[in-house]
Amino acid sequence: MGLIAREVESRGIPTVSLSSALSITESVFPPRAVFTDFPLGRTAGKPNDPDSQDAIVRAAIEHLASAESAGEVQWVDLRWAGNDDWKDGVMRPKPAAAPGGVAEAEDDRAERTAVPQYQFEADREAVEADCPTCFVPEAPGTRA
Amino acid sequence: MGMRQAPIDYIARTRAQYSALGYPAYAWVENDEAPAFVRPERPASEWKVGVVASGGIYALGQPAFHFKDDLSFRAIATDTPREALRITHFAYDLADAREDPNVVLPLAPLRRLVESGEIGGLGPDAYTFMGGIYSARKVRDVLAPAIADRLENDEVDVALMVPV
Repeated sequence: MGLIAREVESRGIPTVSLSSALSITESVFPPRAVFTDFPLGRTAGKPNDPDSQDAIVRAAIEHLASAESAGEVQWVDLRWAGNDDWKDGVMRPKPAAAPGGVAEAEDDRAERTAVPQYQFEADREAVEADCPTCFVPEAPGTRA
Repeated sequence: MGMRQAPIDYIARTRAQYSALGYPAYAWVENDEAPAFVRPERPASEWKVGVVASGGIYALGQPAFHFKDDLSFRAIATDTPREALRITHFAYDLADAREDPNVVLPLAPLRRLVESGEIGGLGPDAYTFMGGIYSARKVRDVLAPAIADRLENDEVDVALMVPV
């Protein structure tokens, strides 16, 4: 997403990126970011919790208005839970099953195929013909 | 309250996990060159705000994303109710996003900021895509310019970017 923020800002449109992955954000170097120390997949707050959601989006708007130089990262003062134990298991090899055994890494991501992945099977039947709100950009120079 | 730990270093953990799995090392994007930086011209209360989200969000009636370097994106009207939003992704825990899509596409909080007058309004559509695209070059050269074109066309003043 940081690459897209950089492109959008280069067109003269100021951007702010939310983030829960500080190391990645710092590496990609978007124009501005707001960091919330939550597990991935909750970049904009806790579910059914308007207070945390509003705090993050408001922090982003305020950072857009006030940041003075490229790369400034504003931290949002929210915690996911009363302690940070959730961080211990993220992308860590599982402990060995038996004493003296070898710790086991796992890849629990879904298989990557070019087949659309519907949340509900009924979504497939609901698809409108020639989707006017779908965009499939093509690489420069690939058109005849 | 328990002890605080430093933010997770996802680059280091990915490197360790890939190594343990015998995968080749993943080359993270690393930009040393500072990005463009432009300050908003007017106060926030006058901004039309654009929204871009990765995370595999589609609306009922749209085809879902696929998991193999999907470079397509969707326009989702910013007044779409959360009940019409759907989410699929190969790489993150979807439980909370499916429970409340605002955690990955914060349309309700943004609408509240419009109601309170803190921002002026929203672009007509949010733009969503899959993310997890292996080729940074394709994101930079194909997807990014196409999304930037849409935001320019919408004449938004600023844009909120929401990765997962």
